[in-house]
Amino acid sequence: MCSENVVNPEPVRRGLIGLFLGGGLLATFASFIYPVLRYFVPPQVADLGVDEVVAAKVGDLKPNASAIFRFGSKPGLLILDADGETYHAVSASCTHLGCTVQYKGDAKEIWCPCHNGVYNMNGANVSGPPPRPLQKFNVHVRGDQIFVSRNTEA
Amino acid sequence: MLKKIIDWLDERLHLDGLLEPFRHKTVPTHKLSCWYFFGGITLFLFLIQLLTGILLLLYYKPGANEAFESVQYIVTRVQFGWLIRSIHSWSANLMVFTAVAHMFSVLFLKAYRKPRELTWITGMLLLFLVMGFGFSGYLLPWNQLAFFATTVGTQMAGQVPLIGQPILIFLRGGPEVTGATLTRFFGFHVAVLPGLVFVLIAIHLFFVQRQGMSVPPKVEKEWEQNPSLRREMKFFPNFALREMMAWYVAIGALGVLAALFPWDLGVKADPFGAAAAGIKPEWYFLFMYQTLKFIPAHIGFIDGEVLGIMGCGVVALLWMLLPFFDRERAGGKKSWMTGIGIFALVYVIVFTVYGYVAK
Repeated sequence: MCSENVVNPEPVRRGLIGLFLGGGLLATFASFIYPVLRYFVPPQVADLGVDEVVAAKVGDLKPNASAIFRFGSKPGLLILDADGETYHAVSASCTHLGCTVQYKGDAKEIWCPCHNGVYNMNGANVSGPPPRPLQKFNVHVRGDQIFVSRNTEA
Repeated sequence: MLKKIIDWLDERLHLDGLLEPFRHKTVPTHKLSCWYFFGGITLFLFLIQLLTGILLLLYYKPGANEAFESVQYIVTRVQFGWLIRSIHSWSANLMVFTAVAHMFSVLFLKAYRKPRELTWITGMLLLFLVMGFGFSGYLLPWNQLAFFATTVGTQMAGQVPLIGQPILIFLRGGPEVTGATLTRFFGFHVAVLPGLVFVLIAIHLFFVQRQGMSVPPKVEKEWEQNPSLRREMKFFPNFALREMMAWYVAIGALGVLAALFPWDLGVKADPFGAAAAGIKPEWYFLFMYQTLKFIPAHIGFIDGEVLGIMGCGVVALLWMLLPFFDRERAGGKKSWMTGIGIFALVYVIVFTVYGYVAK
């Protein structure tokens, strides 16, 4: 057969062919796997750049009560102090594992039921597993609307 | 007639050779033989999952606006829909239980030792896949409980250093849990995981078939000292028929549970609603949940949560590699593996119960 006539092909050439073959297969594989890996990553949803929202209307909240509002794609928590005048607004996503927190009027604290995390009214983490305070938002009352905004210069 | 068909096929395909190993397969008979049934029962419950899952697919619609309503439709309008869904949920829970029982029985009977290390590893991978099934299937009804369970679970994956965030985005299909997450989980639950499970079950069963049933070392020693004590039964039909009876009992238990305690649907998920008080994961994640609750917010300079999750991952990995740590020699010291097994079992039970009763 043909191979019998070949006397010891040069190892260098064989190695080079091996390199081409292996490299070619690797490149082919990469050209398959790369689009698949990219496909896994969902397209970026344009964050509508929400920096300010109307969280509620004056009178919606009773003193020492709270409401959840949409802040872009995340929930926020608006609390009306027991004095009936001061509003607090924080992110409602627990800094521990992302559950939505709630305000407990009797204890005057923000509580996450998932793992018993507790924050004070200003969103500072007080006890339980939360590692960081809740993001604090600014509150402005204009007319009968309560605006919540985040600090954009950061 | 049937014999003619079989003969016809046999003449062409030589099926006889394929079935030959089953004729010779035997199962050791001793006082601990009952533990041999759990793997088979788990397989049976998986088959039930497969069948009821296909039935649910006839009416289920993935999507944030339709999923909850379609499950509601199944359990209220479709004839026996409540039963099918209830069986699917109960069977899932029983399957986790029997798989864990199977794992611990293999551990205590030391069936993982050489040459069965790979059988143990494939079994552990199957157990992880079963948990993956549980986690992904849990979200599909799109209720409030499932929404937060998924938020927490995927956020936990996101805590892993470096690769955490890409994994989180991959699992959720975006930075938040949304309808995109539901679509992905549906895909994992009905296509990706079943594919993987089929392959692994085939390998697992092939290993079991190839190596035969393990005899616990204690029994083996007794048999060596007194060979007349050695007892075996034929796999077919003796053991197979007993296994069928176990399956029959399992399906009876399943029917009773599903009919008397239909699975709750809860309220529809609201991404902008607060998590309900008293929210807890499914019982098989409770021991981990309760453990994580005890870890402080910070340990040194790292978040306690990160440490806890990495710890869970390391323990799971070591557990999977367990056979390679058992260095017991005949006549040597007693293996500490039984001690580890008892500790793990007690820990899981205590923390599960604690997680269940704790506020």
